[in-house]
Amino acid sequence: MALTDDQLERYARHIILKEVGGHGQQKLMNAKVLVIGAGGLGSPLLMYLAAAGVGTLGIIDDDKVDLSNLQRQIIHMTSSIGEEKASSARGMINKLNPDIKVNTYAERLDKSNAEEIIAHYDIVADGCDNFSTRFLVNDICLKHRKPLISGALSQFDGQLATFKGYEENLPCYRCLVPDHPRGVLSCAEAGILGAVAGVVGTMQAIEVLREILNLGDSLAGKLLIYDALNASSRTIKLPKDPGCLYCGS
Amino acid sequence: MINVTINGDTHSLDSDLNLNDLLRELDIEEDKVAIEHNREIVPKSTFDRVMIRDGDNLEIVHFIGGG
Repeated sequence: MALTDDQLERYARHIILKEVGGHGQQKLMNAKVLVIGAGGLGSPLLMYLAAAGVGTLGIIDDDKVDLSNLQRQIIHMTSSIGEEKASSARGMINKLNPDIKVNTYAERLDKSNAEEIIAHYDIVADGCDNFSTRFLVNDICLKHRKPLISGALSQFDGQLATFKGYEENLPCYRCLVPDHPRGVLSCAEAGILGAVAGVVGTMQAIEVLREILNLGDSLAGKLLIYDALNASSRTIKLPKDPGCLYCGS
Repeated sequence: MINVTINGDTHSLDSDLNLNDLLRELDIEEDKVAIEHNREIVPKSTFDRVMIRDGDNLEIVHFIGGG
């Protein structure tokens, strides 16, 4: 489908990039991305994906907006306190870019719904706040061969990786984290500098866009570590674990 | 003894240590970390086979799960 005059203007700065162009913009508009969690990572992630024109966005979060979220979860406003995060996020996306189709799931992702929800999307971006959900998302993405762009935060640190464990030589999340780590504190317990979520969630958005557009060198098989206290980041190799019980040989 | 760099600091270690031995030596629980060995994450199933050598550069990467 041809871009409308409004779309040509809205996405002009993308279309002028030779790496994106009109064809790339149409790829973005045809893409379906599921974002797990509309929190610290999900906020910038959803806003940049919506601004970029990613045509269908799924948002799953069973939480409601709390005053203590607003120091970093910038998709939610003070007036949204008490509202379901999925619905609050949809409201902001509608204001930012009414072209985007938004599916909301104001429920917890669990074994009963994960497969059905994830199967509807091309790419999954995980910005949830617990390891159990991260394992579940990984296992379903692996089964359905969905690229998983996974971000994680704590205090002043961020980690970002793209998992395609269904490929012969690429890792899944469990190649990095095989067992449920005990005693790792949540953001509520450990604290987090709000803008760190902005950096990592925005990098996560870039990885989703790069995946859709097949731009540059994929982050699959690598781990990006961001250290806000030293204003530094590094990207290291993350091989498949041949002994991985989920994707290994 | 061998000298290695762990998270930017120099440590003297016994020779003949594998990565599991290193975690025991440092009193770090295995399920909480990955180990980066010369700029590559080491698959956990191989920790007992990966020996630490003089001059190695190691980073202990703590898992984080917040979002």
